[in-house]
Amino acid sequence: MTPLLSAQGITKRYGAHIGCADVSFDLYPGEVMGIVGESGSGKTTLLNCLAGQLAPDSGAVIFDTRADGPRDTLTMSEPERRMLSRTDWAFVHQHARDGLRMNVSAGGNVGERLMAVGARHYGTIREEAADWLGRVEIDPARIDDRPTTFSGGMQQRLQIARNLVTGPRLVFMDEPTGGLDVSVQARLLDLLRGLVRGMGLSAIVVTHDLAVVRLLADRLMVMRGGHVVEAGLTDQVLDDPQHPYTQLLVSSVLQV
Amino acid sequence: MIHVSNLSKTFTLHNQGGAEIEVLAGCGLAVAPGECVALTGMSGAGKSTVMRILYGNYLAAAGAVVIGGTDLARAEPREILALRRSTLGYVSQFLRVVPRVPTLDVVAEPLLLNGASPEAAREAARAMLARLNLPERLWALSPTTFSGGEQQRVNVARGFVHPYPALLLDEPTASLDGTNREVVLDLIDEAKGRGAAIVGIFHDEGARRRVADREIDVTGFAPGAAA
Repeated sequence: MTPLLSAQGITKRYGAHIGCADVSFDLYPGEVMGIVGESGSGKTTLLNCLAGQLAPDSGAVIFDTRADGPRDTLTMSEPERRMLSRTDWAFVHQHARDGLRMNVSAGGNVGERLMAVGARHYGTIREEAADWLGRVEIDPARIDDRPTTFSGGMQQRLQIARNLVTGPRLVFMDEPTGGLDVSVQARLLDLLRGLVRGMGLSAIVVTHDLAVVRLLADRLMVMRGGHVVEAGLTDQVLDDPQHPYTQLLVSSVLQV
Repeated sequence: MIHVSNLSKTFTLHNQGGAEIEVLAGCGLAVAPGECVALTGMSGAGKSTVMRILYGNYLAAAGAVVIGGTDLARAEPREILALRRSTLGYVSQFLRVVPRVPTLDVVAEPLLLNGASPEAAREAARAMLARLNLPERLWALSPTTFSGGEQQRVNVARGFVHPYPALLLDEPTASLDGTNREVVLDLIDEAKGRGAAIVGIFHDEGARRRVADREIDVTGFAPGAAA
């Protein structure tokens, strides 16, 4: 089987400081990988390098494109990369307002992505937008309201609808449940898990919340100081951590 | 079906002075299709550790753990996940589920993952829950708030709803009343009848004597025991 995404030796420095160093992995279709680590461990830098939002100093990010098979997304042209990020990729930001257009209606936010890939019929776009609002548990009656009138949890769900409406194959998520209260988190996780499993998506989820990765991720990478210190099956890494840092991380979680 | 050879396991506690705890050494066992093997030994002897290594939940330090042709000691995460999906079932003592997901869907999930239609999966899940006498009014609720015995039955239902060729049972009859204990023992007999290879931990001696074909005392796998 061809990996959907293959990261090879991704390194990013900020001057003398290491963002992430020599990170390699293969992600296969349908796999959800979690990246955990403390603040400053390089997990968001890595995610941004993988998603084409930041240029690494060295390495390759090979994506199995629909048309031409495996291609290095770092060396492809800007228009090609932009097309990928509109069609096959989706990026769910920690803060919904970074991923939404706050002065455009909820329906417009979802419809815009459809129009970017060529949808033109207003009725069809609106229908699809309403369908997606329903899927992320937003009352379709709110379709003409702006996200500024939504709660934080609703904004996050709207951002997810906007991202998934075009049927991407790979979703990048940066702390998707960060900043939400726990009852909203559980609902969002359940929703994300259902969507990811139901659509057969691959996803890379960056978080510092171990409970989130246990429920969402098949496999896990633990980062510290820009390096991957441990990787493996999620429940194995969490229940039988091998590296001192992972052991510290797992044993530091408060039990409720 | 299940072949373990020369397995050893050490826990290194890096944050507690680097203490090394050797748990298993030279562990070997084989389970044929249709056979049920009970692990015995005192608390702390390593029964659960062996079970968790068999499921790929704990990493083997050395040796081979081959189930259905996959060596768990060496396999990639996706190979272990594929094995768990189709071949290797596990009834643990603890239920870990996504909040808000109804019991019926929790039980139907293994069938859905193996390609069953949603209707067929739900139908089989209903039949299994009914057989385990879980009241129907609970099926639409998340099992997170259930009693210990009810959660245990959800776990058992999940483990037996799909005909896994290999099954790991960790105290499947603990916290169950007499009637439901019988149901579980019947399920185990039926699984053996269709050729499942089973490894179990049964503190319930009566249950062990009834379903287990052999007993393996894991005390024999303690480091130094062989010497």
